[in-house]
Amino acid sequence: MTFDEKTLRSVIAEVIKEMTSQPASAASAPAAAAPAPATLPAAGKMTLTEQGDAPKGVAPDEVVIGLAPAFGIYQTETIIHQPHDKVLREIIAGIEEEGLKWRVVRVYRTSDVSFIAHDAAEYSGSGIGIGIQSKGTTVIHQKDLPPLSNLELFSQAPLIEMDTFRQIGKNAAKYAKGEAPTPVPVRNDQMARPTYQAIAALLHIKETEHVDNDKRPQAVAVSFK
Amino acid sequence: MKSKRFEVLANRPVNQDGYVKEWPEVGLIAMNSPFDPTPSIKIENGRVTELDGKCRADFDMLDTFIADHAIRLENAEKAMALDSLEIARKIVDINVSRKEILDITLSITPAKLTEVVGKMTIVEIMMGMSKMRARLMPANQCHVTNVKDNPVQIAADAAEAGVRGFAEMETTVGIARYAPFNAIAIMVGAQVGRPGVMTQCALEEATELMLGMRGFTTYAETISVYGTEPVFMDGDDTPYSKAFLASCYASRGLKMRFTSGTGSEVQMGYAEGKSMLYLEARCLAITKGAGVQGTQNGSVSCVGVPAGVPGGIRAIAAENLIAMLLDLESTTSNDQTFTHSDLRRVARSVPQFFSGTDYICSGYSATPNYDNMFAGSNWDAEDYDDWNIIQRDMKIDGGLQPVREEDVLKARNKAARALQGLFRELGLPPITDAEVEAATYANGSNDMPDRNVNEDLKAIEDMMARNVTGVDFVKALDKAGFPDVANNIYNMLRQKVAGDYLHTASIFGDNFHVLSAVNAPNDYHGPMTGYQISEERWKQLSDIPNAIRPEDI
Repeated sequence: MTFDEKTLRSVIAEVIKEMTSQPASAASAPAAAAPAPATLPAAGKMTLTEQGDAPKGVAPDEVVIGLAPAFGIYQTETIIHQPHDKVLREIIAGIEEEGLKWRVVRVYRTSDVSFIAHDAAEYSGSGIGIGIQSKGTTVIHQKDLPPLSNLELFSQAPLIEMDTFRQIGKNAAKYAKGEAPTPVPVRNDQMARPTYQAIAALLHIKETEHVDNDKRPQAVAVSFK
Repeated sequence: MKSKRFEVLANRPVNQDGYVKEWPEVGLIAMNSPFDPTPSIKIENGRVTELDGKCRADFDMLDTFIADHAIRLENAEKAMALDSLEIARKIVDINVSRKEILDITLSITPAKLTEVVGKMTIVEIMMGMSKMRARLMPANQCHVTNVKDNPVQIAADAAEAGVRGFAEMETTVGIARYAPFNAIAIMVGAQVGRPGVMTQCALEEATELMLGMRGFTTYAETISVYGTEPVFMDGDDTPYSKAFLASCYASRGLKMRFTSGTGSEVQMGYAEGKSMLYLEARCLAITKGAGVQGTQNGSVSCVGVPAGVPGGIRAIAAENLIAMLLDLESTTSNDQTFTHSDLRRVARSVPQFFSGTDYICSGYSATPNYDNMFAGSNWDAEDYDDWNIIQRDMKIDGGLQPVREEDVLKARNKAARALQGLFRELGLPPITDAEVEAATYANGSNDMPDRNVNEDLKAIEDMMARNVTGVDFVKALDKAGFPDVANNIYNMLRQKVAGDYLHTASIFGDNFHVLSAVNAPNDYHGPMTGYQISEERWKQLSDIPNAIRPEDI
């Protein structure tokens, strides 16, 4: 995808204007207003409120985050026990650091992270979406790519730490701005599978129990406590 | 008080692995599940009306595909009437030929195949493998990747892997957009190492097909099939769409195989309460029904799931045997880490390594595991000498041979220089002499300088837009002063026109001569039959440089 310089400048100008004139840059998420704090509270919690079918976005300066069916409700931490509220905060902080808006949707029709990310991208005004499973597996997607391709894939959930989630948010925002960021370094540990794969299967079975084929992506309001 | 013995045991590598207890109701069970269907078939007017306890009205799309395409009906009722135990006994009976077994096993249903191998011990499964493997001689496949997607290192590692004996090589990517460079690099390196090595690049399916059609690869293997309908649908696929994809490859003369394995359905949350092995038997029936020559199976990337439950490693060997019972080329995994324990990882490979399969590993990591972008293999470059010495200990041919350091360095250096020349001729970002030097002597990407990733990605986009194909690589290598490498790649492209390597279980011997189940079929029927290691080959296998010669003392 490409933006000419003029469009890009106007988008950035608009974003800066919004950020200075009103604290809330994400309309659907009233409580997530302030720019990302440098350090996150130690024991944060969040409320995810569903608000019906998510609309398809038109703002070219937004990134949509797609949550898997059980994320933050039936499961509340990743496979390496990272609390979901912190994970979501990091991704959001990454997007906000780049001066873009974000929206959260919950994808019900599948628990496959590629399709969740692709659905998020299709609902995103910029065409860029992030998909995340409860166990932590994450994809950055673009709506014009085949669903099983991706811009960036973080397939080894046990290796995704908090700083990676923030970088994922940042890079997604950069793609949305038409930039070509250096991909977030992919970590590789061949011993993740022996320790985690059977457990990952259990977690995924429990995620998939909440799939609903007939439900469209739902708009989600996020508030952190 | 805590026991010091138990403290030592708790710290052993084997206890860092993850284990779970069986949960048969959701399919978290390797084989012999109480919820697996009872084998059955009913045929009316040449049409299957009942399959494994389900009547046609209740078929899902997998049942329909299998009933319509996967089972030889002429003999089916007779074969299904045989006791499963009797079939299992025939498989290990050296007086019953491979062909007689196939007449039975190509005519029975997935549930029956599951029941037959369920009667066999691991040793009997291995005896079955020796007899039922399609090709006479075993072979091996490797992975060539690195965490930086550095193409110079890929070329050098592929060249070394060629010298070491691999018949097929597979790469993949960290960053998807790097794929064309990785595919070129592994092809150039492989043809430097040993002419006739087939190469592939595992990717999203449409991209993988496109690269094959444009001559960047010579075969494909990551065309996945699954044992339940919802998992197929999660990938936006059906058995019919996969069969169509298979014929796309065939239409361009590209070798291909499907891939599947125990544990994938339960890993994706849709096992429908059936055992991993029964669902894999369905996958293999679909593979057969699609007319595909072979399969990569043996749990593959899901290995941590069967390995976490009781009997899981036996089930993996059993699924390899089912592939062979369906007369498919069997490319038997052993390609993914599943344990911290060196003892466990050797034991897991014994059935395929000792019995011999068409491709024992799919693949063996030709780099240290930290560079393996398939998330680590069960065997890596640092195990080369262990593999060679196990071959020497047991007098088995696992497809590799000991090598001399100077031969390896020569091949690595030439591959890096050939790629440097190709990049120059195609106007791609330069490969420096320092990179060539580093790749020649490297163990892994920690020893390689960084490339400018964004510049590479931009050049790739531009190259693909210019419609560059395999023919351009041939021309560029010739112009760059590597006419022999150009000639080898040209010959690999020609194979797609000849098509001989589309036959079951093909590899290339000397002078691009195809060896397959057609002209080199497995004819094992007991001691001193089947594949025998020649005197020359045994000399090659046993001659390790670090053995002391008695005459030197």
